[in-house]
Amino acid sequence: MNQSGLHYHYDVPGDDFSQAGAASSAVKQILKQLGLDPQVVRNMSIALYEGEINMVIHAGGGVIDVDIDDEKITAVLTDHGPGIENVELAMQDGWSTATEQVRGLGFGAGMGLPNMKKYSDDLKIDTEVGVGTTVTITVNL
Amino acid sequence: MQIRDVKNILDAEVLSGEELLDTEVRAACGSDMMSDVLAYVKDQAVLLTGLMNQQAIRTAAMMDMVCVVFVRDKRPGEDILEVARQNGIAVMTTTHRMFTACGLLYTAGLNGGLRTK
Ligand SMILES: Nc1ncnc2c1ncn2[C@@H]1O[C@H](COP(=O)(O)OP(=O)(O)O)[C@@H](O)[C@H]1O
Ligand SMILES: [Mg+2]
Repeated sequence: MNQSGLHYHYDVPGDDFSQAGAASSAVKQILKQLGLDPQVVRNMSIALYEGEINMVIHAGGGVIDVDIDDEKITAVLTDHGPGIENVELAMQDGWSTATEQVRGLGFGAGMGLPNMKKYSDDLKIDTEVGVGTTVTITVNL
Repeated sequence: MQIRDVKNILDAEVLSGEELLDTEVRAACGSDMMSDVLAYVKDQAVLLTGLMNQQAIRTAAMMDMVCVVFVRDKRPGEDILEVARQNGIAVMTTTHRMFTACGLLYTAGLNGGLRTK
């Protein structure tokens, strides 16, 4: 891999739940093809997938930027949704504002952010109510 | 056991991935909540679910699983089967309900998986 690393950009539509997770699937495919450690691939894929689902069910979609260098994979998820009022609360296992309808789609158990924390080496959440949320997931190689 | 044994034990109909039937599987997981499935990486290879959408398949793919069984005779549409083909996942449907399907496989020797993370 060269010094500048690899960059990938994805638009995540907020109005089509059937597509939720498609970007994460594409990223997983790329990471696999790069021949990275399967555990690293899985950890990044799971964390990114939960983040992508959150962008769709809570924030009306957004964009994902993935960077790979010699040391780490970084995924930045940016949305212009409602923001998170209390991040500490949102990080708690089981805490969720998801609707019954979202739960019917298999998500909304309040485990997404805890899962993202667990599978990443670093999780950063920048959020402002009424402005949006930027989530940065880092997994070391 | 192999995916083919899962099919036989559950009297299931294979909807895609016939070529994967020889794949060896040792552990399974049953849930309709995908974050539950994502919470623990084990050596599970089979997902049993009543959730009928593309995310059921994508969740299995994220976990490196190789087979998704839809319980209660649910039949996925072509869009769902297409995601399964792209990800190398065998898909089948059984008339058994979740509890019974899990019990049958457990009795036959599939376990809940050894935790690796
Ligand atoms: N991108 C986001 N924009 C706005 N709110 C979010 C976002 N991601 C998470 N949240 C808030 O944090 C809560 C917890 O998220 P999470 O742990 O993924 O659980 P779940 O998605 O199942 O509700 C959500 O219910 C929601 O209120
Ligand atoms: Mg979530």
